[in-house]
Amino acid sequence: MWSWVAHRITGVTIFFFLFAHVIDTAMVRVSPEAYNTAVETYKTPVVGVMEVGLVAAVLFHALNGIRIVLVDFWGNGPRYQRQLTYGVIGVFVVLFVPFVWRHLTNVFGG
Amino acid sequence: MSAPSITSIPKPRSPYKARKTGNFELNSWLFMRGSGLLLVVLVFGHLFVNLMVGKGVHAIDFAFVAGKWANPFWQVWDLAMLWLAELHGMNGLRTIINDYATKDTTRFVLKTLLYFSALIVLVLGTLVIFTFDPCLDPASTLEVCTNR
Repeated sequence: MWSWVAHRITGVTIFFFLFAHVIDTAMVRVSPEAYNTAVETYKTPVVGVMEVGLVAAVLFHALNGIRIVLVDFWGNGPRYQRQLTYGVIGVFVVLFVPFVWRHLTNVFGG
Repeated sequence: MSAPSITSIPKPRSPYKARKTGNFELNSWLFMRGSGLLLVVLVFGHLFVNLMVGKGVHAIDFAFVAGKWANPFWQVWDLAMLWLAELHGMNGLRTIINDYATKDTTRFVLKTLLYFSALIVLVLGTLVIFTFDPCLDPASTLEVCTNR
């Protein structure tokens, strides 16, 4: 139930980011200066930290999506649904911690 | 309170007519799972190459995009990611609107906005990937421009 709620919230979040991200990338078609100005904002500490939240949303949505596919299509999926949820949490931590460390080192390390 | 209508109840033994709704909901259900699995590869690859390698986010500027889209591999990658992500997200929001917006007019307005925004993102994104020319400025000193 809660992974279903989180799947919806993270999905809507990513959808709205995608809209903004296509617009900011479209600035390459305006001029090099316009694009560099747009992408500069991604390098600021505030947006750098927001990016951590975005990647958390993407990671959860992807891993929980794989869990849904396994429950729907894998014969033993429904039987192991509880273990699959623990798997989502486990793989999330394993991938998210190194990402945060590397990304924040990049953002704050200049 | 109006009296309940009984005119819609079919006569006994009248032949059963299945509504012709097609397989749209089944197909979109399948599409969510198929596109989702592809997007795991496309989005994680995108995040890794753009944020984890080298200087991460600090390496991204006009020259970075010019270098990437000089390669058809990344053009196809980004085009597939754009279309699959936008259609996946559009279908997800369509489901959410159907679940929570109970008034017909609300659903109509929200879905019109949704499809309009998806159209903008798909057309704009596709045009940008295919009409991007990093060497429009003849004085450009970018590597992809001086090498040709």
